[in-house]
Parts: sequence; C-alpha cells; structure tokens
Amino acid sequence: MTALIQLVYLLAAVLFIVGLKRLAHPATAQQGNLISAVGMLLAIGATLLDRQILSFRLIALGVVVGSAVGLWMARVVKMTAMPQMVGLLNGLGGGASLLVAAGEWHRLVQAGVRLPANIAVTIYASTLIGAVTLSGSVIAAAKLQELVSGRPILFRGQHVINLLLVLAVLGIGSYLTFGPDHPALFIALNAIALLLGVLLVIPIGGADMPVVICLLNSYSGLAAASTGFVIGNHGLIITGALVGASGIILTQIMCKAMNRSLANVLFGGFGSAAAAGGPDARTMALAARGVREVTAEDAAVLLGYARGVIIVPGYGLAVSQAQHQVRELADLLEKRGVSVKYAIHAVAGRMPGHMNVLLAEANVPYDKLFDMDQINPEFERTDVALVIGANDVVNPAARNNATSPLYGMPILDVDRAANVIVLKRSMNPGFAGVENELFYGSKTAMLFGDAKKSLTRLIAEVKTV
Amino acid sequence: MTDLVTLIVIFTLAMFVGFEVITKVPPTLHTPLMSGSNAISGITIIGAMLVAGMGATRVATVFGVIAVVFAMINVVGGYVVTDRMLRMFKKKPEGEG
Repeated sequence: MTALIQLVYLLAAVLFIVGLKRLAHPATAQQGNLISAVGMLLAIGATLLDRQILSFRLIALGVVVGSAVGLWMARVVKMTAMPQMVGLLNGLGGGASLLVAAGEWHRLVQAGVRLPANIAVTIYASTLIGAVTLSGSVIAAAKLQELVSGRPILFRGQHVINLLLVLAVLGIGSYLTFGPDHPALFIALNAIALLLGVLLVIPIGGADMPVVICLLNSYSGLAAASTGFVIGNHGLIITGALVGASGIILTQIMCKAMNRSLANVLFGGFGSAAAAGGPDARTMALAARGVREVTAEDAAVLLGYARGVIIVPGYGLAVSQAQHQVRELADLLEKRGVSVKYAIHAVAGRMPGHMNVLLAEANVPYDKLFDMDQINPEFERTDVALVIGANDVVNPAARNNATSPLYGMPILDVDRAANVIVLKRSMNPGFAGVENELFYGSKTAMLFGDAKKSLTRLIAEVKTV
Repeated sequence: MTDLVTLIVIFTLAMFVGFEVITKVPPTLHTPLMSGSNAISGITIIGAMLVAGMGATRVATVFGVIAVVFAMINVVGGYVVTDRMLRMFKKKPEGEG
C-alpha cells in the first residue's frame, strides 16, 4: 500500500511537470492547469489511503473550509489585484509548511523521541522557510493593497539587526539540532523567523515588488519541498523544487529587466527619499522648461490620423482599472485603419505578466502584445506612442544620464516615436523618485487626469474626428 | 543519513527539471504561471493531512488542521484563479467583444 501511495505521488509530480509544460503556450495553458489540478486531486486521494491517518473528521473540516475560502477569493479577486492575491497564496503555502513542521516537532518531542540530527535539521529548516515566507508574503500583500505604505521603510541599523537575527536563527537552529530539545528555544526560533520575514520585505518599495513576489513564490516552493524532507515524501520534494525553480527563474528575469542585482533590490532601499536625493541641476532645468499639455480633442486628432500607434501600459493603468477603455480606444483606431500594438515592459505593473493579464481580461489578442526587444526597433517608425500610467520604464535617463539611479535599466524607447502622448495623473515623479525627461521633451504632450477618465474622453473625441 | 542524501539528490534533480520546463514559458503567461505554480506548492496539503489525521497530540492536530485550511486555500484559490486568467488568454473568434 505504501509503495502504491508513493507511486501515485510520483504520478502527481509527473502531471505537475506536464501541466507546467503545457503552460508554455496560451492555447494549451488552460488544459495544462487542469492536468496539474488532476495531479493534486490524485495526491490528496492517495494520502487519504495512508494508514497513519486515524481520523478523517478534522481533515474534512479543514478541506471544506479551505476550499470555500479559496474558491471565494479566486472568484471575487479583481485582475488588477492579482499581485496581492498571489502574494497572499504564497504566504499561506509557507504558513502550512511552518505548521506541518511544528506539528511534527510537537508529536515527536511529546512522544519522548530524541530527535536525530538529520530529522531535526529538516524540521528547523522547514519552520524557518515557512515562517519567513508567511510573514514576508503578508507584508508584501499589505504593501500591494496599500494597507502599509508602498514606499521602502528604512531605519538606522537595519542591516545590522537583520544580520544579528540571521545569526541568532542559525545559532539556535544548530543548538537545537545537536543539543537537547527545548520548547522555549523552538518557539523563539519561529518568532525570530517571522520577524525576519517582516524585516526583509519592509525596506522594499512598490515598483520592486515584482522581484519580491517572485522570490516569495520561490520560497513557497522551497517550503513545500522542506515539508517533503520533514515527512520523507519524494512527491513533495519534487513538486516543491519545481515551484522553487520557477520562482528563481522569474526573479532573475525581473532583476535583469531592471538591470539590478537581487542584493540591490533586497537591501538597496531603492526609491526611498534617501536614495533619490534632492532634485539635481539637470532636473531643475527640465522643470523650468515646463511640460506641454494637450487637450483630449487634440490628442484624439493625433491618434486618429496616425498610421501606427504603440500603447505603453504601466501600473497607472492597473490602478485606474482602465484596461477595457484601452481596448475600446484601440478598436476605434483600428477601425480607422490605424495599426495598434502594445509594448509591455517586463516590470510594468507589480508582478511578472501583470499587464498581459489585464489586457487579456479586456480581450486584447495576445499576438498584439510585444515585449521590449521585439518592439523597440519599431518606435522610430511609429507616429504616436501612447504612454498610459508608465513612468520609470520609459525614462530616457536610463539610456543617457549616467548619474540617474535608473541608468542602465533597459527601457522602452518611447522617445524615438514621432509623437508621444502621456496619460498621467499628475507630475509626481515615478516610484524611483526620478524626474522623467520624456515628459519635458519637445515631441511629448501630457494629458493629465485619471487614466480611465482620460481614455473615456479620448474615445469620445476619436469618434468625432 | 543516507535517507537525507537521497532526498537531497531528488530535490536537486527536480530543480533542474523545473528550470528546463519553466524557461519555456513566455512572459505573457508569467502571472498565470505564478498562480499556477503557487497552487502546486499547495502540495504541502499532504503533510498537513497526515499531521491533522494522525491524532498524535492535541497541539499537533490543531496545527495540522490549520495547515490543511491554509494549504487548501492555496490549492483551490490557486487553480481556480489561474483557470479564470487562462480562460481570458484563449483566442477569441474575430468580432467578439
């Protein structure tokens, strides 16, 4: 029986791999997700056959409650709030790993078992990863939901305190592994790990969230794998490793898209007042030049008579939930014979693929979405670039101002288009706290206001052009 | 100790499989990839069910049941929301709003 259960776990892991493979193409992705869900169902079913389980009542209770909450969350969540949702799910995965390891620890210690080092180390590692994932994800989700300030929260001695906490965790962990079991120390270990999760995420600012969400995604996988180590289950280890690898790859992609190292994202406090400094001479000169405002009417004429338009969405689009208006405007333009494309920067929004999901919700065909490398050569042949709530990812300073904090970040070459229309709420600088010289360019026209309202006005005007 | 070593071997090889598979996912699908892989990490449900059902100690059981709830939210929430997203990515016939 045990062998059979283990083989079912292996089958589940295979289904997860096949499912993830199918996720590589939009046409097969939904099927891939179903295959993966079947794998999960098999794994759960096999576990119920395990003879170690004596009572099913409480399990059933947990399954019903968890399923109901999960279903409700998945149904009501807005596509714009997907980063928070994924963040929270990451945290729950981590929390589950923490609780499993703690429960297993309590069971063994109460039974009077002297934990051998190889088991002890897996338990402590599992509670540690689980706790950091749980508290870190909760903070990340709170920041994304703006329950906590999205700005980096920094204080004096932050790095020293973090280092001391890490050392304390390692110290207590090794003492517990090789020394006698000690409940108070075990609780202290978990408390410190939870605190560490909070402290690691609070100094990270809003626009760096894509990296953090990816990293926590990876942690949630590693937490699952560590649970596998605790209960000696191969299926869990394989599955957790898959998710861990996925998160690591996405983290790397995000860091590369910002031209920053992971260490810089995690410890740099990027975008804080301290990092941005005061306005420099160059910025002052730019601000003195002033911006050129445009009316919706004039912008509509520009768009309506263009041959080609590239739409560049950013976080502002998500904030005002203007994805349907974008699509409506694009439809109108296309009816007039204007070619419309979308340029998606990898870190636009708050998580990888955020813009793609929003535009997919508005039924924008995915073959009209282009990533940076594909679309950049096209800007100089384009009549109008329409920037909607994007800022740092279109800042030419990343290319030509070596003193800018953004310098070196690969950007969308919006400034090379013949005309640029920027939809923006106000002249507040972007997340990085850096002025954007694109806004002051001679080809640039600013249309201020909430993205959704501005687009609605544009749509009305284009209809009359 | 050999047991632990076997587990580490499995873990390491599975990481490489993960790298191979995930690298092929295009940026367009990165959000569903995250929520989908997230649902998969809810596999911790196996451990949670074992701890909840063993009837070992009261504390362990309570921890186990809460872990089942957490993991189940992760599993169901993750799969359903991923499905919701992926349905939107399916190609729509021309002219449909």
